[in-house]
Amino acid sequence: MTSPATDTPLDPAARHQPFDAGRQGPGTPTAALVILTVLLLASVTAGLAIGSVHVPPGQVWGIVTHAVGADPSEPDWSRARETIVLDVRAPRVLLGAVTGAGLAVVGTAMQALIRNPLAEPYLLGVSSGASLGAVTVIVFGVTLFGPVSLSVAAFAGALGALILVYATARTGGRITSVRLVLSGVAIAAVLTAVLDLLLLTTDRGNEARAVLAWTLGGLGGVSWGTLWLPSTALLVGIAVLLLHARNLNLLLAGEEAATTMGLDVARFRARMFVLLSLVTGVLVAAAGPIGFVGLMVPHTVRLFVGGDHRRVLPTAALGGAVFLVWADIAARTVAAPMEIPVGVLTALCGGPFFLWLMRRDARRAAGEGVA
Amino acid sequence: MTAGELAVDGLTLTAGARRLVRDVSLTAHPGEVIGLVGPNGSGKSSLLRAVYRVLRPAEGRVRLDGADAWSLPVRQLARSVAAVVQESGTDFDLSVREVVAMGRTPHKRLLSGDTAEDARLIEEALATVHVSELAGRPFDRLSGGERQRVLIARALAQRPSLLVLDEPTNHLDIRHQLDVLGALRRLPATVLVALHDLNLAAYYCDRLYVLRDGEVTASGPPAEVLTPRLLAEVYGVASEVAVHPLTGAPQVTFLPGDTGHGRSRDGEDRSAVRTPGAARAGD
Repeated sequence: MTSPATDTPLDPAARHQPFDAGRQGPGTPTAALVILTVLLLASVTAGLAIGSVHVPPGQVWGIVTHAVGADPSEPDWSRARETIVLDVRAPRVLLGAVTGAGLAVVGTAMQALIRNPLAEPYLLGVSSGASLGAVTVIVFGVTLFGPVSLSVAAFAGALGALILVYATARTGGRITSVRLVLSGVAIAAVLTAVLDLLLLTTDRGNEARAVLAWTLGGLGGVSWGTLWLPSTALLVGIAVLLLHARNLNLLLAGEEAATTMGLDVARFRARMFVLLSLVTGVLVAAAGPIGFVGLMVPHTVRLFVGGDHRRVLPTAALGGAVFLVWADIAARTVAAPMEIPVGVLTALCGGPFFLWLMRRDARRAAGEGVA
Repeated sequence: MTAGELAVDGLTLTAGARRLVRDVSLTAHPGEVIGLVGPNGSGKSSLLRAVYRVLRPAEGRVRLDGADAWSLPVRQLARSVAAVVQESGTDFDLSVREVVAMGRTPHKRLLSGDTAEDARLIEEALATVHVSELAGRPFDRLSGGERQRVLIARALAQRPSLLVLDEPTNHLDIRHQLDVLGALRRLPATVLVALHDLNLAAYYCDRLYVLRDGEVTASGPPAEVLTPRLLAEVYGVASEVAVHPLTGAPQVTFLPGDTGHGRSRDGEDRSAVRTPGAARAGD
């Protein structure tokens, strides 16, 4: 977002140029939201259309509008196609959108709360914690909380891992990227090892195989009946985070500065950790641990709308949804008829992105010098 | 808006077993500019942190207009007390105006947007420290001095009745040091500021508190506090203090020599030498 005028402060014409015309005016953020909404609709349509049976986009819209009762005309498509679009693809595409949006906002908030640009649920081992919680429930057959047992256990695992990583990485009130990533990697490794151990020693062989596939992150096998929980978690998560967008902004100034501007940092962070673990846990329980979405999407979005959370959160949610819908389309089609776990694809893009981000931060830190 | 009367009573601050500040009392009356001076590690920053409610006192109280600062909700205190701290933030692509806008947060409800009044206060704060032309620039691309001025603007946008600053002139060139301190002088708020430069402190502050090893060794108007004897005791340096003919403020000139007893490196006794040419200013 740097105006070229920034580099020529001596040019008198440039000095009066409104540097911030794009960012401050209501144009950019609104435009970003509109563009992303259109993009999301197009992506969802593509997600419903593309697959082993190709359904033309026009017909997709026909089936959808007919299903919601907005189009009373006689259907000119087969029953089978309707089933494919509405019962097989739609829940999956929606879960992809919900999960992508959720992971992106969780990543955004985590980066502010931990005050580190590399924070992300997967990298920090939070997703591993959630997986372990969920797998424990499956392997031992615990159903203490009925149908939501899996999500409750995943939430508990996510919260435990997040607190553990935060406590290990924090020294003297500050978390360096190196310590954060190392703690995350170490804790994720331990949690994954425990998880593998559980799966290998369980006598429920078939379930273990299914779970193993799930730990790679995938959106397959979802039905309408299981969509409500992740959707609710996402909506609650976004609503609460948006309400606290100003407070998230304050944390960017540093913890002491945030306190002097009226934020009870410790209490706020504790509450937000619970919220983020809840969203992460529910999403992981539904779609498995999908990495790097919470890293790539927020940073990409910030390039366009700046760092103010009142703008980053909604745009990141939409961007994350678009990203994961397309990632899932790719997962279903690139090696058809075989399906690649979507988590494998996001890691393929996310790894290089992570390295780029690390190098950028190192350059910035080196360039600071005086500060 | 409160009046900005600060009273620190018998304040003791600790970090683990270490004592940072011991039994310090300090007052700042509405509108006064109070300077905190002393060597590195003398407890200036710790004292300030207790005032802006980050470091909880082990003993003693910090009161603002009679109310205990530590029993007020954080948000309520932030409407009266703003601070420029030494900690650095995270780089997250905020513009200068967005950083300054943060200062309005304690005055906002959860969902309320920025009003025209907020915008006016933000522009005013930017103008006060001469950073209006930087408003749209990314904060993380600024120089150290520019950042410092923006952080001061952020504190000003908070509209505090007490402004606490921890060495705000660090990173600033001399012109901006004078600008910033001059702006602080003109504020209606009470100002508590830690400064390294004794001459700036002498010129801009109504009263000074001198800290040494966590205790107040002297306090009062600059002319009474800044004496060669005190400076030798606190900083361990030889100096001469004169009233500057133009500013009327005490002017400290440090005399070279590393023992604090007026002895130069070659061992020659120079404590009696008063030729200005032989002395070098600095801190």
